[in-house]
Amino acid sequence: MSVLNDTVDWLGDSANWSGDDGIPHRLAQHLDYTALTVVIAAAIAIPIGLWVGHTGRLRGLAVISTGALRALPTLGVLAYASLFSGIGIKPAIFTLVLLAIPPLLAGAYAGLESVNRQTIDAARAIGMTEWQILRKVEVPLALPLIIGGFRSATLQVVATATVAAYIPGPGGLGRYLIDGLAVSDYARIVGGSVVVIALALVLDGLFVILQRVALGSRPSRTPTVA
Amino acid sequence: MIEYRSIGKTFADGTEAVGDFSLQLPSRTTTVFVGSSGCGKTTLLRMVNRMVDPSHGQVLIDDVDVATRNKVELRRSIGYVMQEAGLLPHRKVIDNVALMMRLKGASKKEARDRAHEVLETVGLDSSLANRYPAQLSGGQQQRVGVARGLVTDPNILLMDEPFGAVDPIVRDELQQELLRLQRELDKTIVFVTHDIDEAFLLGDQVVILKKGGEIAQVGSPADILAKPANDFVSSFIGLDKGRRTLHVEERNGTRIVVDESGKATGVLAE
Ligand SMILES: Nc1ncnc2c1ncn2[C@@H]1O[C@H](COP(=O)(O)OP(=O)(O)OP(=O)(O)O)[C@@H](O)[C@H]1O
Ligand SMILES: [Mg+2]
Repeated sequence: MSVLNDTVDWLGDSANWSGDDGIPHRLAQHLDYTALTVVIAAAIAIPIGLWVGHTGRLRGLAVISTGALRALPTLGVLAYASLFSGIGIKPAIFTLVLLAIPPLLAGAYAGLESVNRQTIDAARAIGMTEWQILRKVEVPLALPLIIGGFRSATLQVVATATVAAYIPGPGGLGRYLIDGLAVSDYARIVGGSVVVIALALVLDGLFVILQRVALGSRPSRTPTVA
Repeated sequence: MIEYRSIGKTFADGTEAVGDFSLQLPSRTTTVFVGSSGCGKTTLLRMVNRMVDPSHGQVLIDDVDVATRNKVELRRSIGYVMQEAGLLPHRKVIDNVALMMRLKGASKKEARDRAHEVLETVGLDSSLANRYPAQLSGGQQQRVGVARGLVTDPNILLMDEPFGAVDPIVRDELQQELLRLQRELDKTIVFVTHDIDEAFLLGDQVVILKKGGEIAQVGSPADILAKPANDFVSSFIGLDKGRRTLHVEERNGTRIVVDESGKATGVLAE
């Protein structure tokens, strides 16, 4: 019980809501890493995913590499990456990007694959170019699944970005967990976790809204994200 | 005029869909390809707009080999209507139709105005224009499909079993509508069906196909009925079952038309 009370006290303590180690600043950092990670991962995964989904080529490779990336142990990669790029945020971002790529890639190619073949055939038969088919037919119809990919990627990154704090330097909300652990300050550990969870829930809610918006007013028969 | 010159198609997996096919389709008439499933009708149709490229031979439109034409441009110049309509599910009816105009470079307003016009031509209530395809009945969707095929006023209209998925009453309605449109519009129509009655109703020229796109007989419905080329044709058009050999009988004082088995099929117009 005392940990719970202490946590409430920790969260309520105004000292924890200001300064460089305050919750707002750590939260902003955390969001920063998350956004940076997702943007970099999307820049890599979305074009590849759309290409694989549109052409149907190298699909096997995409599936295998998605699985392989998912199997990578996060901490191991982080340690390994820091050997090369030293301390700071770079190895953490690198690790998180590897983590964010699989759901984004899968969302993109699975989204495109979910589009009815007949619809695409019809679009081609009436004289749309391949680029128009991608932009005006496949992506709009796959959008709920593509956004679903962003949703899982973002949530995984938010949760896992705590590991960035393993390496000295800036750290986001993970600082509370790692630093708290070092001095057995359980209120800080649990408090930090609560903030991470709250952040994840808020972001998840935003994505749900986004997925609805993407469907627009059209009647929905689109499969939900697995 | 559309002309097939000794055309053939073998797909990558080795399936020979069409062996060796030659035919002329006169302009401003309806040619119907009819035959049972898998005989190569769709393959033949799609070679006109280069959705399928032939393995050998040529398809010519007004003496120009389609292989020399840009695929996208070619497809935009030809109307295409398919089974299940093939509408874009995320676009409203009006936008599905207007899209063709937009692809051809029309302004938004021009495209919409024209789309409304042609939706009316195919007999679709304007209140349906702002619905999504999934909110229409099968018959209404087919009308939208026809409207989309006609909106750019193409010379050639390809129709692949466009009325295959609707019930007989709606199909009858759509067929009559197409006949009326054709009287007004005078397109070169290539129509695919496996329904011989539909073929005889709509076709100026009917092409009865066997497996591999082999022509069993070409001719007007009257020619084919009067002189079926062989047993395959006789059986295909139902002559052998006596369904089409009709005679007049007097029953209860009225003259009615009956088929070979004695089943009443109509009355004689005096
Ligand atoms: N893309 C393809 N790859 C391999 N084989 C194909 C392909 N498309 C069609 N075929 C084969 O070619 C043959 C002719 O097909 P086609 O679609 O032209 O028949 P159809 O007369 O239109 O039949 P249906 O009435 O069922 O639509 C069939 O045996 C079919 O399986
Ligand atoms: Mg077919």
